[in-house]
Amino acid sequence: MSETSTKNISYYLRTHMREYGMVLALIAIMAFFQYLTDGVLMKPVNLTNLFLQNSYVIIMAVGMLLVIVGGNIDLSVGSVVGFIGALAAVMAVQWDLPTVVVVPVCLVVGGLIGCAQGYWVAYWRIPSFIVTLAGMLVFRGLTLALLGGASVGPFPANFQLMSSGFVPDFFGGLIEGRFNVFSMALGVFVAVLLPVLGLRARAKQARFAAVEEPMAFFAAKHALAGLAILYIAYLLSTYRGLPNVLIIMAVLIAIFTFVTNSTTIGRRIYAMGGNEKAAQLSGINTRKLAFLTFANMGMLAGLAGLVFAARLNTATPKAGFAFELDVIAAVFIGGASMSGGVGKIIGAVVGALIMGVMNNGMSIVGVGIDWQQVIKGLVLLAAVIFDVYNKNKA
Amino acid sequence: MDTILEMRNITKTFPGVKALDDVNLKVRRGEIHALCGENGAGKSTLMKVLSGVYPHGTYDGDILFDDDIQSFKDIRDSEARGIIIIHQELALVPLLSIAENIFLGNELSENGVINWPKTFARTTELLGKVGLREAPNTLVTNIGVGKQQLVEIAKALSKEVKLLILDEPTSSLQENDSQKLLDLLIEFRNQGITSILISHKLNEISRVADRITVIRDGKAVSTLDCLDGQISEDDIVKDMVGRDMAHRYPERTPNIGATMMEVRNWTCYHPLHPTQKLIKDVHIDVAAGEVVGIAGLMGAGRTELAMSIFGKSYGHNISGDVLMHGKSVDVSTVQRAIAAGLAYVTEDRKEMGLILDESITTNITLANLPGVSEHGVLNEGAERGVAEEYRQKINIRTPNVGQKVINLSGGNQQKVVLSKWLFAGPEVLILDEPTRGIDVGAKYEIYSIINQLAADGKGVIMISSEMPELLGMCDRIYVMNEGEIKGQLAASDASQEKIMHMILKG
Repeated sequence: MSETSTKNISYYLRTHMREYGMVLALIAIMAFFQYLTDGVLMKPVNLTNLFLQNSYVIIMAVGMLLVIVGGNIDLSVGSVVGFIGALAAVMAVQWDLPTVVVVPVCLVVGGLIGCAQGYWVAYWRIPSFIVTLAGMLVFRGLTLALLGGASVGPFPANFQLMSSGFVPDFFGGLIEGRFNVFSMALGVFVAVLLPVLGLRARAKQARFAAVEEPMAFFAAKHALAGLAILYIAYLLSTYRGLPNVLIIMAVLIAIFTFVTNSTTIGRRIYAMGGNEKAAQLSGINTRKLAFLTFANMGMLAGLAGLVFAARLNTATPKAGFAFELDVIAAVFIGGASMSGGVGKIIGAVVGALIMGVMNNGMSIVGVGIDWQQVIKGLVLLAAVIFDVYNKNKA
Repeated sequence: MDTILEMRNITKTFPGVKALDDVNLKVRRGEIHALCGENGAGKSTLMKVLSGVYPHGTYDGDILFDDDIQSFKDIRDSEARGIIIIHQELALVPLLSIAENIFLGNELSENGVINWPKTFARTTELLGKVGLREAPNTLVTNIGVGKQQLVEIAKALSKEVKLLILDEPTSSLQENDSQKLLDLLIEFRNQGITSILISHKLNEISRVADRITVIRDGKAVSTLDCLDGQISEDDIVKDMVGRDMAHRYPERTPNIGATMMEVRNWTCYHPLHPTQKLIKDVHIDVAAGEVVGIAGLMGAGRTELAMSIFGKSYGHNISGDVLMHGKSVDVSTVQRAIAAGLAYVTEDRKEMGLILDESITTNITLANLPGVSEHGVLNEGAERGVAEEYRQKINIRTPNVGQKVINLSGGNQQKVVLSKWLFAGPEVLILDEPTRGIDVGAKYEIYSIINQLAADGKGVIMISSEMPELLGMCDRIYVMNEGEIKGQLAASDASQEKIMHMILKG
């Protein structure tokens, strides 16, 4: 009995190597920099900064995953970040419009930009690489035009909250401002919620067929994840609490994990990327789906533009420059396939975190920007080689 | 007699599977040696061992070629000794010319500069040997599959070939191209070239082979000598499946109901050449519980007809009516065609039927996701339940419905495609070459499924290039040629000769 179950676990581990390999890599990289930086990496201040610095990459990686799984790519997101930031600055600073107007308008404009590009890709079958390369130039140019080549800022205080704000402590006063109890409570809630949801899904699956994932593995995975969440929540709570942008990210990750894993539209996007002809012949409207993935990407790039502008507190013509590379690298490090049909939201998030931790850790250690790029490039290459190696071995 | 190749006690193990178990194979110099066996029996693995795809050291046993023990490290090694393999999937570059393809990787050059006059002259000579009348600078994409096969053979001849291995060479060829290819093999035999022929088509094997080795479950079960003319196709089948197959087609008592689907005045043009009419004013119908065949040569327009009906998935400027139960229905998109009760099982399951990298479950539910979801949210449990149900009902051989489809044999892949469409709940199924590239045992199972569908009151339209299959399965057969229905025959009245006659007289 126990022998077969250990065999199951090792078999399961081997077949799901890719999914957990990157998480292990992330943990290893964090441990490595924790050691190199003498513990600075996991200091509450730095951890908070880590999330703030990488929020926009994670926000866009989530959308980019869908685009790439669908068999396309979007090179324009960096320029869209700059353009939306510029638009927000013009509206909020120069026209004095309230934040409640600026934010929705910017998100809608981002979505429309996505639609405009998706239209050519989906309905005219123009390769996404070319359409979005054009978009990259167009929106970088429009950013410059909109800002007149100069930086515009600062933003009103409530606009900045999106990026630099923290979840207020609704239980404030319990431990005199030193510890954000609400943030910790939220962490505990999520740490409990995840295994509960997991157990429910297993029970549901067990009613129809044997559950693939061994119970011991399930328990270990959730125990580790729960501890990590509690630990991070604890660290953040001792500083200023959970950043608003972390909540935005968590909500997006939850929504898109659900969409990709559990909805028909998610399944159809994977099918489209896996074999477009077979998907079409199965009655799937692949054009509409491709269009939607771009519309979604545009909106998320818009959101990232707002977050980034709010963080810098000014819109600059250079904002978002080369972000598309970070985002795309994160998705591929996270295990997505260039040919489409393969990739997970959580993988893209882990990929973004790996890039983020390396950026942050190397900066603290004092590695120059030149070598940082070299190392990040090699990590991207290594991750994809690992992928290909695993696939060939299987 | 002189032996050119001897494979002794070959055993090849993959993790968990013994693909070859102590196989012995002797090939005599100058003979055509056929290799038969069901898909997955180990024929291709054996040939990969021989050609060095699985290098020396990864298998047990010895390969003797020209009386020397060989230890090939890769295909280049085996090619250097004159062993050339032509794979089932052609390995030509479509946008290069015939000459460029023949000498690809082996260019006639000096210091890296290609000698074109010499290349063209050699190509012309080689094309003459294989009987292909095409200019050497014709692009491969512009010639048919049959001719492409000949280019592959010319490519093999461009090297010093002593042993030619052909893996299912005729599987994608139409009848007369297959005949030409087989004649060519006989011609080669007369010139002293030894061939190994892997094929599912028993009539071809019994026509050209001198000896036959049958492989079953990784073992060589028998070697039959054809020279005395005592070997019947039934003997081969018996050895292949390990049991007597008295009936190659399962029994069925037709119970034909009212007309279910009618196609009227169906016309369609070529997608790239808008003036070329591919389908010309076709009328067909199928009744509940009926199996209707569409016979024809490759290129007759059968697949184009089926795909243009199924959601206008092929062709341009399509006109005509589709009626279900006497009422006109909209089939202008695949979604609408499915909603109208149609299903189309493609002839090309890898390219157009399956998502190879996804699980059996994902593939089966793909055409009917609403059937396993609520408000767009998938019920994973229900999904696996559906997959399990079809695994048992259709007998998909896999330990686990989470298995990726790419790991299944051809027959089991076809069962997954069929399951997908059964789960979509159609009234009429169009099956396009439903048994292409699958072995005898699995074919029988597919036939049984088709009979069950008819017994359940569905209408089945079956497109096949194998006439015996149509004659064995169908109640009625349409004969199609050059985009037109040339006529129809009742099953009781049909024969291969009559079908060929109908094709040719038009």
